[in-house]
Amino acid sequence: MKMAAQAAGLFATYDVPDFFCELLNRRDIPPPGLQLVRERLARFDLAELRRRAAAVEAQFYRLGITFTVYSDREAIDRVLPFDVIPRVLTAAEWDHVERGVQQRVQAINLFLHDIYHDRHILRDNVVPADLVLGNSNYCQAMVGLDVPGGVYVHINGTDLVRDRDGRFLVLEDNARTPSGVSYVLEDRQMMLRLMPDLATGLDIRPVDEYGPRLHRALAEVAPTGVADPQVVLLSPGIYNAAYFEHVFLAREMGIPLVEGRDLMVEDGRVYMRTVGGPRPVHSIYRRLNDDFLDPLVFNPDSLLGVPGLVDAYRRGNVTLANALGTGVADDKAVYAYMPRIIRYYLDQEPILTNVETHICGEPEGLAYTLANLEHLVVKPVGESGGYGLLIGPHATQAQLDEFRTLLRADPANYISQPVISLSVSPTLCPAGVEGRHVDLRPFAVTGRDTWVLPGGLSRVALRKGSLVVNSSQGGGAKDTWVLAS
Amino acid sequence: MTQVSAFPPPVLPGLRNLLSRYAESTMWLARYMERIENMARLIEVTSTSVQASNMDAGWDSVIRINADDALFFQHHKSVTERSVVSFYITDRDNPDSIVSMARCARENARVLRPLISTEMWMHLNVFTRWVMELGPDDTGAGYLSTLCTRLKQDCQTHFGITEGTLYRDQAWLFYILGKNLERADQITRLIDIKYHTLLPSGAGVGSDIDMSQWTSVLRSAAAYHAFRRVLPEGMTPANIVGFMLKNDGFPRSLSASLRSVDCALASLAGEYRLRHCSPSQERVEELRVTLVEQTVEDIIMRGLHEYMDWIQRQLRQIQNDIANAFWPPVVSVQA
Repeated sequence: MKMAAQAAGLFATYDVPDFFCELLNRRDIPPPGLQLVRERLARFDLAELRRRAAAVEAQFYRLGITFTVYSDREAIDRVLPFDVIPRVLTAAEWDHVERGVQQRVQAINLFLHDIYHDRHILRDNVVPADLVLGNSNYCQAMVGLDVPGGVYVHINGTDLVRDRDGRFLVLEDNARTPSGVSYVLEDRQMMLRLMPDLATGLDIRPVDEYGPRLHRALAEVAPTGVADPQVVLLSPGIYNAAYFEHVFLAREMGIPLVEGRDLMVEDGRVYMRTVGGPRPVHSIYRRLNDDFLDPLVFNPDSLLGVPGLVDAYRRGNVTLANALGTGVADDKAVYAYMPRIIRYYLDQEPILTNVETHICGEPEGLAYTLANLEHLVVKPVGESGGYGLLIGPHATQAQLDEFRTLLRADPANYISQPVISLSVSPTLCPAGVEGRHVDLRPFAVTGRDTWVLPGGLSRVALRKGSLVVNSSQGGGAKDTWVLAS
Repeated sequence: MTQVSAFPPPVLPGLRNLLSRYAESTMWLARYMERIENMARLIEVTSTSVQASNMDAGWDSVIRINADDALFFQHHKSVTERSVVSFYITDRDNPDSIVSMARCARENARVLRPLISTEMWMHLNVFTRWVMELGPDDTGAGYLSTLCTRLKQDCQTHFGITEGTLYRDQAWLFYILGKNLERADQITRLIDIKYHTLLPSGAGVGSDIDMSQWTSVLRSAAAYHAFRRVLPEGMTPANIVGFMLKNDGFPRSLSASLRSVDCALASLAGEYRLRHCSPSQERVEELRVTLVEQTVEDIIMRGLHEYMDWIQRQLRQIQNDIANAFWPPVVSVQA
């Protein structure tokens, strides 16, 4: 379907497939702000847009806003591909997403508190006990521990997609150490600097509050009785692929970025090594997985962690954000139960629904999955980053057969979902402006209450027809504009 | 000179808590950039003077200044412009090459990214990438001077950006410490090797060739014009050595560098109330006293080489004292 009239110019050849298009095929009458973006974009010349895109990429590279990939000799910095055409959300859409994310975070925190205390939800058979207690992410050190404010997940990323009708669906929760928020803030700065003519006069919700909000939340959950808590960000160090993001967040919050070797524990209290001697630390935003945090409790070979940290944590002398053992909540198998979890704790209907999910660990789920494999997406529950999944409609017979074998051998390791006709967004591609599939990861920050960063990370699958948006699999990012009205 | 206030300074948030690791990296960042600049100067001046005098011996002294004889002859049979230049600019197996040092500078800057300005990082990042891409074509005889000029300018740009953007807290003082300890070390090496290379025996002393060599020594330390202005008639080896060791107005002299080190340590001890400064302070004082109390003639008579050698050892000890005070080794609880 070619767009007529209003979509001339840049979009003259834009071929909107039968998907929800964030900009050009919304199935309703868009608000004036969105119309304006559309018209302004349409007036752009393709060559000019490419010049801007090149300038953006050069600037990212100079700034070193990169992933770092290390080979044996060199640090190779890669820029996350960035598309200069923004993804725009209306005020009404955002209101819905924001309430949905807040509800979900609240339920996740209640769920985590329950499974590490009285386990009502397991005893009431709402969630199978072995799924939780037998989960590799279930952390014994958390059992019976009270965390400040009952907050386990201080930073949460919810991956959303939109279906053919534009309905938002939750694809997965990220309740461990969700990443990508630095791109949201950097991309916005870059957009305003290099595409100023697109945003002029539009009421776009700002994103630069993120640092102060996160800092405040982390201070709010510091151990009680500390007047001026010292917050630090714990990073695996300069060789970590996300080091740039750690630096960015530490700077935005105005807090020290520390590595494990900068911290020490004495008498159950945590200190950082400074030129003036040890200084107390009260709240740690850790970007280190559970396994690496404390060699005395977890992986004894970890050189990245801090011996004694978990002991200090259990004594209530330091707060970890996120808490230990939150991985149970974003497990792909537990995800399937999230609508029931929300109803159980909040007595509310989920505002954001899940993608229909079949649990292969249950006989009926497995039977359905095997019978409909060529129509389904099958995901291993333990993996992230878009690895090891099967997209039925795109798979060869050999791949389907292989997955049938895998499913029968270890059904509990898989869930399946129907293929969602993900929404598309116009994207600058080698052949011109074309529709590419996008998702959305809003970031929620929880201290005394939950605040959601307006917008979030819009990832775009740059390969034509691809549904996989992960940066490791050819994905890029877009700036996400939330219109205030 | 920074005054030590009689009142405790107002404590700004975040100022008191410089991580030890940041202090260490700040110091090394400054040292590496200073070292790169000195290397570029040395190569440029050597190239010019070797061409003028038709002696290949000049290249030999670059290796000796850096005490790299062993490593160099592992990889090269003979000392030629080609071999020395590639060894010191593009050779990744030589830790003293500009490419190796630029990478180290950037690794330290990467550690310091939470602390340093975006401009500092961006410049270093672009600079290091450029250096890493240098190939044989860029270091040929016809391009060497242009290349060294660009290297020098990039270091100076770095120092300028740092001066203009780095927040003035303890990190700034560690930066000053690193830069000036390195300068002090470099100037003593330059004097030591050049003095003995250029004064092999009585023959040739005072001749034209000899003085043009000494002129190039001054130039390599950016001291030529200042020296002319201060001592227009006094172009003698002793005066030149004296100028580079004892002249407080010349920013690369040993005495000026030591004074900066002394001031920075005094600020750390005074303004920031950091303990454990005294061992390094005492050692710097002692060095300064020996400089003030001796004339350059005394120094030469008693043995210039021995004195330079002693200073270099003291400088290394000061670096160790600072390390022990501010980033003491961590004793692993697991071991």
